[in-house]
Amino acid sequence: MSTYALSLSGLNKSFGPAQIINDVNLDIEKGERHAIIGPNGAGKSTLFNLISGLYTPTSGSVKLHGEEISGVPPHIINQKGLSRSFQVSNIFTNMTVRENVRCGVLNAMGQGYAWWRNIGSNKAVQERTFEILERCGLVDKAPLPASLLPYADQRALEIAITIAGGADVVLLDEPTAGMSHSETDRAVQLIRTATEGKTLIIVEHDMGVIFDLADRISVLVYGEIIATDTPQNIRGNEKVREAYLGDEALPEEVV
Amino acid sequence: MSDQSTYQRLAPSRGQKFTQRTLPFIILAAILLAIPMTGPSRTFYTIAHQMGINVVFALSYNMILGKGGLLSFGHAVYFGLGGYLAVHAMGWIEDEVGIWGSIPVFFLPVVGFVGGALAGALIGWPSTRKAGTTFAMISLGVAELIFAAAFMFDSFFGGEQGISGDRMNGIELFGLSMGPIAEVYWFIAFWMFVGILGMWAFTRTPLGKLSEATRDNAQRVQFIGYNPQRVRYMVFIFAGGFAGLAGGMAAVNYEIFTPDALSLIPSGLVLIMAYVGGITYFVGPIFGAILLTYMQSMLSDFTEAWLLYLGVLFIAIVMYAPRGIAGIVFGFIDGIRGSESGIYIKHWALNLLGILLMLIGLIILVEVSVRWSNGYGDIYEPFGMHLSHTNPLTWFLFLVASVAGIALSLFVKKQKEATA
Repeated sequence: MSTYALSLSGLNKSFGPAQIINDVNLDIEKGERHAIIGPNGAGKSTLFNLISGLYTPTSGSVKLHGEEISGVPPHIINQKGLSRSFQVSNIFTNMTVRENVRCGVLNAMGQGYAWWRNIGSNKAVQERTFEILERCGLVDKAPLPASLLPYADQRALEIAITIAGGADVVLLDEPTAGMSHSETDRAVQLIRTATEGKTLIIVEHDMGVIFDLADRISVLVYGEIIATDTPQNIRGNEKVREAYLGDEALPEEVV
Repeated sequence: MSDQSTYQRLAPSRGQKFTQRTLPFIILAAILLAIPMTGPSRTFYTIAHQMGINVVFALSYNMILGKGGLLSFGHAVYFGLGGYLAVHAMGWIEDEVGIWGSIPVFFLPVVGFVGGALAGALIGWPSTRKAGTTFAMISLGVAELIFAAAFMFDSFFGGEQGISGDRMNGIELFGLSMGPIAEVYWFIAFWMFVGILGMWAFTRTPLGKLSEATRDNAQRVQFIGYNPQRVRYMVFIFAGGFAGLAGGMAAVNYEIFTPDALSLIPSGLVLIMAYVGGITYFVGPIFGAILLTYMQSMLSDFTEAWLLYLGVLFIAIVMYAPRGIAGIVFGFIDGIRGSESGIYIKHWALNLLGILLMLIGLIILVEVSVRWSNGYGDIYEPFGMHLSHTNPLTWFLFLVASVAGIALSLFVKKQKEATA
């Protein structure tokens, strides 16, 4: 099974008596764009936290390129090539936009914890930082403190930091939450180009974004995956319709 | 534009680099070289040396507080342990123990650095696992522990008398016998410059930047592939090392170290220095160290209530100028350069006047109260005035100055809100 970029099997997570993730099995191919949808409180973010190492699973396994990563500290998982973004902007607020992205670049550029090198004199780091900034449309905002960015730009920076390290499996947690239509379009474009050739797992509420981006969709309800299929088939799935009734708009009504 | 110039567009230009990075160090070096030419007095040297030591100490503290986000109540431990090791090394140089005979006293701050860094490596291992309140509490506990231990391990700490040495031994370097105070000046100036340069350079390294990132958001640091605990630990070792460097400078300057040097009092003082100076700026602690050292040595000659003024200053900075003196200075420079500099200067001047009036009120209250409370019949007589507590003029002046000062400050605040 080592061919899968990411493979979850029998994954469980409970906080005390509350079972948040219940026997999740999911295999994601290399280069696949996989979306996870589901009502609020279904456990989407918890699932991301389990994959990225923020939480340790109660039982079950998470394999990254066939290698077991459950229980491994987040920074090691990141070094193995899995990167994630957060639902709430999780950036380095008192540093400039450029410094934010540069921090994300450091590890991939082999800078380690170096204290004997000048950060400004490494050309590869500067070039890569610029490239990421340009891709995310943040070049003009580079010298600003991250805390002063408008919301949409903070979201873009969130994505920029996530992809800066060049991880080949990227997890995006509601990247377009709270964005306007034009901002969402820009973000989708950004996600598409930035994750070119990479494995993408995305949690979203915006069905337009999902059906636009995803190769396959998994529907998570009360910690269980009730369906995993192509967007077309998900649309016609009875169980999915049921789960969504009265909660959010039906997928087909949006598209 | 070529590929190279595109990314270089974001980097500061050569001119900016010079004015922002090289020039300040040239100015610092020039000041340090110029000071002895003015033929300073012994008192001046004494205070200047203390300032030099405190500048390095306060900057080392800000490596963890301002840049690392770690509030420590026990930073003097590393200053003290580094200093103690340096004093012992001074003794080994005197006795020509082993290779010590061939090491000049001039290099003792390096010994201090090693001592402080080792102490940091040892104590930081458990304490930097957590940030925030846990770290602060552990630092407090460690400070108390080491201070208590200082009276138990006499051979290293020397009990209440401490350990003393003699700096005029061993090899002379740069023709400095290290005897006269004017020669010690070069020693202090050199190591202060090295300390400032070293700590500034540290902020420009990957680890220095990661330290800031960990301060801002330790969780996110994990998801860019770094272990925040390791970042904190490494930064802590460096901060301990530079505190030890300052300790080594102090060892040579005073030729004695007592357990008081690693007690909570200097730990608290260095916190106040860094905070009053401004922890968000690299230069902040330098301002703070200079001001507080000056207050400590000069103000205590003028008034016995100087600690009270220090406390008021600290509270005022925390409440009204959280970016410290450096924040006030740089804010002022930005303000007079801004588009509405006229209004800015007017507000600033009125504010200053208001603060001065409040200060006059405070001084009258404090000085009269202190003398009244002491009951020696001593009377506060500024500018030939006779301000006893029975004199109605005293209380009239106090009330007028305080009320006018507060009213003026409130007025400026309203004006600012109206224009904003």
